[in-house]
Amino acid sequence: MGERILDVKNLEIDFHTYAGEVKAIRDVSFHLDKGETLAIVGESGSGKSVTTKSLMGLLANNALVKGGQILFHDEDLLKKTEKEMQNIRGKDIAMIFQDPMTSLDPTMKIGRQIAEPLMKHKKVEKKKALAQALEILKLVGITDAEKRINDYPHQFSGGQRQRIVIAIALVCYPEILIADEPTTALDVTIQAQILDLMKELQEKIETSIIFITHDLGVVAGMADRVAVMYAGQIVEYGSVDEIFYNPKHPYTWGLLNSMPTLDSTNLEAIPGTPPDLLDPPVGDPFAARNPYAMKIDAEKQPPFFKVSDTHYAATWLLHPDAPKITPPEEIVRRQKLFEQLEAKKEI
Amino acid sequence: MRKYLLKRILYMVLTLFLVATITFFLMKLMPGTPYSNQEKMTTAQIKIMNEQYGLNKPVWEQYVIYIFDMLHGDLGTSFQYSNQAVSYLISSRIGPSAQLGFQAMVFGLFFGIIIGSVAAINHNTWIDTTATVVSIIGKSVPNFVLAVLLQYYIALKLGWFPIADWGSFSYTVLPTIALGVGPLAETARFIRTGMVDVLNSDYIELARAKGLSKFGIVYHHALRNSLIPLVTLIGPYTVALMTGSMVIENIFSIPGIGEQFVKSILTNDYPTIMGVTMLFSVGLVLIILLTDIVYGIIDPRIRLAGNGD
Repeated sequence: MGERILDVKNLEIDFHTYAGEVKAIRDVSFHLDKGETLAIVGESGSGKSVTTKSLMGLLANNALVKGGQILFHDEDLLKKTEKEMQNIRGKDIAMIFQDPMTSLDPTMKIGRQIAEPLMKHKKVEKKKALAQALEILKLVGITDAEKRINDYPHQFSGGQRQRIVIAIALVCYPEILIADEPTTALDVTIQAQILDLMKELQEKIETSIIFITHDLGVVAGMADRVAVMYAGQIVEYGSVDEIFYNPKHPYTWGLLNSMPTLDSTNLEAIPGTPPDLLDPPVGDPFAARNPYAMKIDAEKQPPFFKVSDTHYAATWLLHPDAPKITPPEEIVRRQKLFEQLEAKKEI
Repeated sequence: MRKYLLKRILYMVLTLFLVATITFFLMKLMPGTPYSNQEKMTTAQIKIMNEQYGLNKPVWEQYVIYIFDMLHGDLGTSFQYSNQAVSYLISSRIGPSAQLGFQAMVFGLFFGIIIGSVAAINHNTWIDTTATVVSIIGKSVPNFVLAVLLQYYIALKLGWFPIADWGSFSYTVLPTIALGVGPLAETARFIRTGMVDVLNSDYIELARAKGLSKFGIVYHHALRNSLIPLVTLIGPYTVALMTGSMVIENIFSIPGIGEQFVKSILTNDYPTIMGVTMLFSVGLVLIILLTDIVYGIIDPRIRLAGNGD
């Protein structure tokens, strides 16, 4: 892969609430290389969105960054002032939001909305900016773009609106595009179109994507690498093949087990609920829901164990002294496929 | 659009007709007569006067005559001031009232929008609390109290502006403030509530993600969307202010129409009551039409719905 453009190190974020300090992000580290797509998956409340908002400097007022670094081209974004962040947002790092129905200003023509970042960051005058907006509008596949550039958001369908949101994000050719569940609010056929569009534009614009989702099905076709988040921590990360076909963390097993595939006969849910981050448990936060939990899981937090050069997982099951266990049926099936894949690679 | 307008105008005429009818009969139900010194008049005198003003005819006939005259542009003659025509009475007095009302509305809107916006941007801080307290005071202190305070401190003690009377622009400053504090408080409250909602919406987050400055976000995105609920309020409020405020006009001795209206009710001056009521109603239906058009300009979603009609 290319040059490393983003390096998040030991990020810790708390939220002040009336009940106390919620430790939303606990020691999260990941990186992003030029041109690649990193998917961050996890259930609601696992800290996916908070992580990306901290990249943008868009954290809520009651959020407090406790520690860590966000290095973007070796500059720490956490040390930048609001003014400096304004010059990065929308220009170097752009974002696509979850609900296209509400993320466009209802009283402004979409052409102007797309042109705004250009006028702000590239100091382009309005006419030129609108001309460029028209170009990008064609690029994201809005038909009859010359006419529609003067329309208002309510005159577009949900899928079209998400295309417009993508156009806004990409109009300054950002280096990093953060997509926060960009297809969750769309129906499945539109979902596929939007994902195809994102992949197509990623090549044209040469941007790196951080893709937030709870839908593993979407990840498979999109991502190069996957990081699995649970209770404010990354528990496993690796290439998309490694996560899908050779997962090591019981939480990743649970996620894959609850996702339908063509071969699956029954779907299993992960029992229980995520821990309360007001008072995070000692040890492995997944221990309480983990059928394979051992005594040490409740006492000591597992470090990352190396599976391959690109694949790490934080579970005591990978410790050399851990007993051999058999993962769920579905995972065993996947691991067999992975062995075949690896075997093919070696030939 | 033309069809829509035509339909609206038809409804307006119908509304005005209904207002005229209802007011006319309600007015006739009021006790008393137009004569202030009736006990000194003989029955013959009263009879002559009644015949003179057509008050001896049955009420329905008076009504038909009034509507007929009104349609021909004749609002009748006032009973109060040596037989002045109502149209003259209104036209000579509406000027100061309209100017004062308009100025008060502009004053109220301008500062109300600023105070409301600042409060919303600094939501839940001492600035917000201060702005809320100011608008509560502005809403709850009667404007005649404020008027007297202004007269005493600004005009009498400091001597910055004339204390009363009507003339150059400087005469209008104090009554404008006294009259404008009401709409100021109301506007500030509306804008604050609206903008707090808007600032929490997804499209504001997107605007922030674009890297726009705080001011840019408020000015280009939040303000217009927060104005939508305010539009409904502004129209009728403006009409009410422009057609005269009895209290303020009295305190500052402004020759406006508000005072005249109250007087005409107290003296059963039927043609003047009808004339001022009709003026107010015409203003109101016009402003409501205008409001709907302005609504469409501010909020494009409504514009389209109107066209489809």
